[in-house]
Amino acid sequence: MSPAKIQSMPAAGEIALEADAVTKKFVAGKRVVHALREVSMQVRKGLVTGLIGPDGAGKTTLMRTAAGLLAPDNGKISVLGIDATRNSIEVQSTIGYMPQRFGLYEDLSVAENLDLYADLRGVPPHDRPDRYRELMSMTGLGPFTARLAGRLSGGMKQKLGLACTLVSPPRFLILDEPTVGVDPVSRRELWSIVYRLVREEGMSVLLSTAYLDEAERCDEVVVLHDGKVLGAGTPKSFSGPLEGRTWRVRVSSMKNRILQERLVGRPGVIDAVVQGEAVRLVMEDAEEEKATRLLSGMEGASITPVAPRFEDSFISLLRQKRPETPGSPPDAKKTAAGPEAMSGEMVIEVQDLQRRFGDFYAVKGVTFGVRKGEVFGLLGANGAGKSTTFRMLCGLLPPSGGSLSVAGVDLRRAAASARARIGYMSQKFSLYGNLSVRQNIEFFSSAYGLSGAGRKERIGWALEEFELQPLASATSADLPLGFKQRLAMACSLMHEPDIIFLDEPTSGVDPLARREFWRRIGSQAEEGVTVLVTTHFMEEAEYCDRIAIMAAGEILSIGSPSEIKSLARTPELPEPTLEDAFISLITGRSGEKAA
Amino acid sequence: MSGNLAGKTAKTGGGMRLKGLIRKEFLQVLRDPSSIAIAFLMPLLLLLLFGYGVSLDAENVPVALVAEQPNADTSSFVGAFRQSRYFSPVVMPGMREAVEALDSRRIDAIVHMRQDFSRRMRSADGAPVQVIVNGMDANNARLVQGYVEGVWATWLRGEALAAGRQLDIPVQVDERVWFNSELKSRNFIVPGLIAIIMTLIGALLTAMIMAREWERGTMEALMVTPVTIREVIVGKLVPYYILGMGGMTLSVAMAVGLFGVPLKGSIGVLFLTSSLFLLAALGMGLLISVIARNQFVAGQAAIIATFLPAFILSGFLFDISSMPAPVQVITHAVAARYFIEILQTLFLAGNVWPVIVPNAAALLLMAAFFLGVARKKSRKRLD
Amino acid sequence: MARRIFSLMIKEFLAILRDKKSRVVVFVPPIIQVLVFGYAATFDLKNVPYAIYNEDSSGVSRQLEAGFKGSPHFQEVRRIGSNGEIAPLIDRKGALLVIHIGPQFSRDLTAERPAVVQVIVDGRNSNTALLALNYVRTVITAFNDTYVSDSGRAGPPARLETRAWFNPNLESRWFIVPGIVGLLLLVVTILVTALSVAREREQGTFDQLLVTPFRPAEILIGKALPGFIIGIGEATVIILIAVFWFRVPLNGSPATLYAGIVLYLFSTVAVGLMISSLSVTQQQGLLGAFLFVVPAVILSGFTTPIANMPHLIQQITYLNPMRYFMVIIRGVFLEGTPASALLGQFWPLAVIGLFNMALAGWMFRRRLY
Repeated sequence: MSPAKIQSMPAAGEIALEADAVTKKFVAGKRVVHALREVSMQVRKGLVTGLIGPDGAGKTTLMRTAAGLLAPDNGKISVLGIDATRNSIEVQSTIGYMPQRFGLYEDLSVAENLDLYADLRGVPPHDRPDRYRELMSMTGLGPFTARLAGRLSGGMKQKLGLACTLVSPPRFLILDEPTVGVDPVSRRELWSIVYRLVREEGMSVLLSTAYLDEAERCDEVVVLHDGKVLGAGTPKSFSGPLEGRTWRVRVSSMKNRILQERLVGRPGVIDAVVQGEAVRLVMEDAEEEKATRLLSGMEGASITPVAPRFEDSFISLLRQKRPETPGSPPDAKKTAAGPEAMSGEMVIEVQDLQRRFGDFYAVKGVTFGVRKGEVFGLLGANGAGKSTTFRMLCGLLPPSGGSLSVAGVDLRRAAASARARIGYMSQKFSLYGNLSVRQNIEFFSSAYGLSGAGRKERIGWALEEFELQPLASATSADLPLGFKQRLAMACSLMHEPDIIFLDEPTSGVDPLARREFWRRIGSQAEEGVTVLVTTHFMEEAEYCDRIAIMAAGEILSIGSPSEIKSLARTPELPEPTLEDAFISLITGRSGEKAA
Repeated sequence: MSGNLAGKTAKTGGGMRLKGLIRKEFLQVLRDPSSIAIAFLMPLLLLLLFGYGVSLDAENVPVALVAEQPNADTSSFVGAFRQSRYFSPVVMPGMREAVEALDSRRIDAIVHMRQDFSRRMRSADGAPVQVIVNGMDANNARLVQGYVEGVWATWLRGEALAAGRQLDIPVQVDERVWFNSELKSRNFIVPGLIAIIMTLIGALLTAMIMAREWERGTMEALMVTPVTIREVIVGKLVPYYILGMGGMTLSVAMAVGLFGVPLKGSIGVLFLTSSLFLLAALGMGLLISVIARNQFVAGQAAIIATFLPAFILSGFLFDISSMPAPVQVITHAVAARYFIEILQTLFLAGNVWPVIVPNAAALLLMAAFFLGVARKKSRKRLD
Repeated sequence: MARRIFSLMIKEFLAILRDKKSRVVVFVPPIIQVLVFGYAATFDLKNVPYAIYNEDSSGVSRQLEAGFKGSPHFQEVRRIGSNGEIAPLIDRKGALLVIHIGPQFSRDLTAERPAVVQVIVDGRNSNTALLALNYVRTVITAFNDTYVSDSGRAGPPARLETRAWFNPNLESRWFIVPGIVGLLLLVVTILVTALSVAREREQGTFDQLLVTPFRPAEILIGKALPGFIIGIGEATVIILIAVFWFRVPLNGSPATLYAGIVLYLFSTVAVGLMISSLSVTQQQGLLGAFLFVVPAVILSGFTTPIANMPHLIQQITYLNPMRYFMVIIRGVFLEGTPASALLGQFWPLAVIGLFNMALAGWMFRRRLY
């Protein structure tokens, strides 16, 4: 495939944003990061254009340049015909821009945030009541105007952020990752608001997203990678060339996770991911024979063609730039591990766990158990109580009620040596930013009491296994997010723990890095390690043996992914996704969640 | 709204934007009371602690009086010490005990009258009185020495009067201390303390506020609205200026009401010059904040750049004109130096324009410099 | 266990030293400050600006003038010719003193009546004024002595012979420079430790640390050691500067001095860690650092004697580690006090250190949200 795929733009439709050979470099420590390399692109008026690309592709840089917050080193960028660099104030008074994390003052109330942005955008006082009413009914924030922004749920923050950028109706709206960490219901609501703005008010929208399924909701898509435009066009125009190359594969004798591991990296395979009850396979070409040959020798294998989706083409575009890394090849000893490991003893038991902060229940009546060798996922939006549960399990936070045991002990009370059995990877990949990669690894290896030859061996293993060797002396704060994630994982696995806790390990990381990550998790589980993981990516739950869906501090449902999905099965929706199941679970609890 | 029109709103909506920013900052101050604590609680506590705690006036200095042969002459000399409010004398029989007491710091000085005190008093030379002070703290030693001389002079005068003759000292000093006739050190320490406390308040209030907006990601959202950077800076300054002046008012009220420091100058001048100083202090904090963009470094820089220089290089305790020339040059970069001169003059002497005008001009210059550089360093760009 | 602590210590060192800005902040200011403050922080007056108003142009009055001209403490800046000039001159700080010799001066002297010299001094800074007056008296006394012996008149019945022990020339630098050691050590250790836990909390790495098999005591020691070692290093440099640059005599034994430094650093590092473990955000840490450092410096006896403070405040100073260190370092430097005589200063430092360390370790686990 080549950039020939770029569709020629229809002559009709004016241009809302035009970038012409925009180049931007940053200096991070000793490294020079090329954020944008001669990016040329257009956004047409009256459409929703998605900016898609892996982490570090330059999406945010491009958006900030368009908003006049960054000056390009070279090239020109104009918004609605105004030069965004030279007349930045003028551009800024015409557009709306919502940065990542929504740019809200968390210590101000909803109404005070709105007032501030209305003042900053010069909305005349007599126009405000009408505009506010409109925005509040659109976002459903009406009942909460007096609440502090910091006390809002993730979804409500996102909507408030949007309302603040819309307070003086902009003609062009830029949204930087507006849906990260927000629950699926809120995500759907945001999309309907965006489309209403476009259809009813004729706004043009440019938004970036990490969720590839959202790309398909855009009118047009621009794919950015490593500071370069890889392609642009409608989402359909991307998946077209993959026609006939995508399959659903099932092998009755094998867990999907293992099957996927077997398929990845084989000749001719572009991508293999667990999807629902099967493995989705994307091939280099449309020869069915090649695909079936991969399955030879596997008992009970079945293969059926499926329609390509945007994600398939996105991965295949990226694969050309970054070939599949050999990683850990499926070795012989792992095949031994099978479903029987699942029947192992309970290693984590949680009974009626509670955690109160003031009069607010972050975790309420949570009960679950995890067996040895199991991959157990906690799913939910930001603020659902996943991290609080984790912190209690790891002994970082005392519970307000209930009981818990990890490997037979309560880590909060147990001797320090008991903690040597667990590995913990916290949110945001907490590493010592001003230490180098090697120094971080060395520190954690000693922290877990490794010494001598064993320590040396594990340090070597970490650098090797996670492909960190070339970056060993780089300062870890300067690493791209994907590498930080790898380093964090390497550090938490230094001591070969029996149980690993992974808190949002894939947040903000691009799809390729996520695939790599899950493969590593899979191989850990095969070795008998118990894995407890939280995520807000619904589709990632497919990698788990069992999941618990959390909202507002409570577990809504526990079971294997297919059990959970079956809850949402209706005649109209014969094959629901986990996201459908999540939404039906939430709405099943009716308006309660509105807060 | 066309592009041109938008450009126009950017120019005309300044008042509304500024109002919005100021209100926002005030609301944040109200929500997080630590700023209020810095502005009001800190001056209250520090002034109370230091207004009473820091004093250079030695009173009741423990002194050993050793008379080897006690008689009427020596007891008249001892009596002079007993009457002085500066001393609490202890009579000791011999030098051995006295030296021991000095070594163990139970006393600060020894006054030693030898056996022949009475006899030599009547000789032409006069009797030598040996005075030994503990010189470790040189300043204190000098003060003690001065007090001893004072007692001695009083005693001589009394002796002469009793004998009905003129005092045999050719030249006598007639001392007139202006502005602070009792030489109460509190009268100069309290105004100096106010300057130091205001330096701390200015830096603490602003050193982290810009860094905080960067770290929380709100700066980016502010920047994409049509605000100008000048509005952002003024919007930050006004609320903290008002808070700071509140702290200043409290400090002045305490100085006058509680510590009884006279305020000879006019309130108006005090208000104006304090405003200038506060602007310079806030400007410095703002500059630290803008340059650091990271709370850790901003915090460290604030500790190093504010308190110690204001304490040592401002003339608060140490006389600037006695410092070596290169160090004197450095003191010109310490805003507290100018403010202390102004405050000491305003409180004790009055509106002395030749002191106030040049120092106020220096403060104005510093404020302009810090705010100007902060303005220049904070461009409306993220790179 | 020692291994783990060692690795934590190395990590802390790297965290401080790998970043250029914080490397500069930790090492450069103390060296500059000891030099600048060593010169600046002195109560000795030099070149006190004074004006002469001499209405008696006799030889004797000029002889008196010469006494002032010859003193290193005074510098004549003006000669004035009328009473009206005095007030404006003093008001605008043109001169600290005006020495007024009246027209009767030489006549009174020859008539053996007391001749009066009026000295008008600016009292805005009472300490400076007091010291300047002392110097004036010294000059006048010297004049009197010579005049008496030259004219064969009878002197006063008693005269003072003053000696200052431990610091014969009353150089306040001898007193202040060792004090600066204590001041800078306090600031540096608080700087290194007070924000360290809060920063890890904000960055999330503290959780990471707490789930490793580290015991709180190990974390505490690992975090305390870098501040401690940096403190010892800087103390050595500053002491060398004091001895070889400022020529302050070191009369006592270096071993006693280092025993004091070790205990002092132990207590300040402990206080820093305690502040750090109490604060959730770096801003709170900074506020805490200020609220400790400022009173600690002022109420330590560094510049103003504790004996001059009211009783209640003197009691408060017993909580201040710097107070004890001031006694130790000044005693060892100037008096050569032996360790045995300083035990009363050593044990409070150890108690302050232990108490705060224990508190910090206890807070580590409790203060998590």
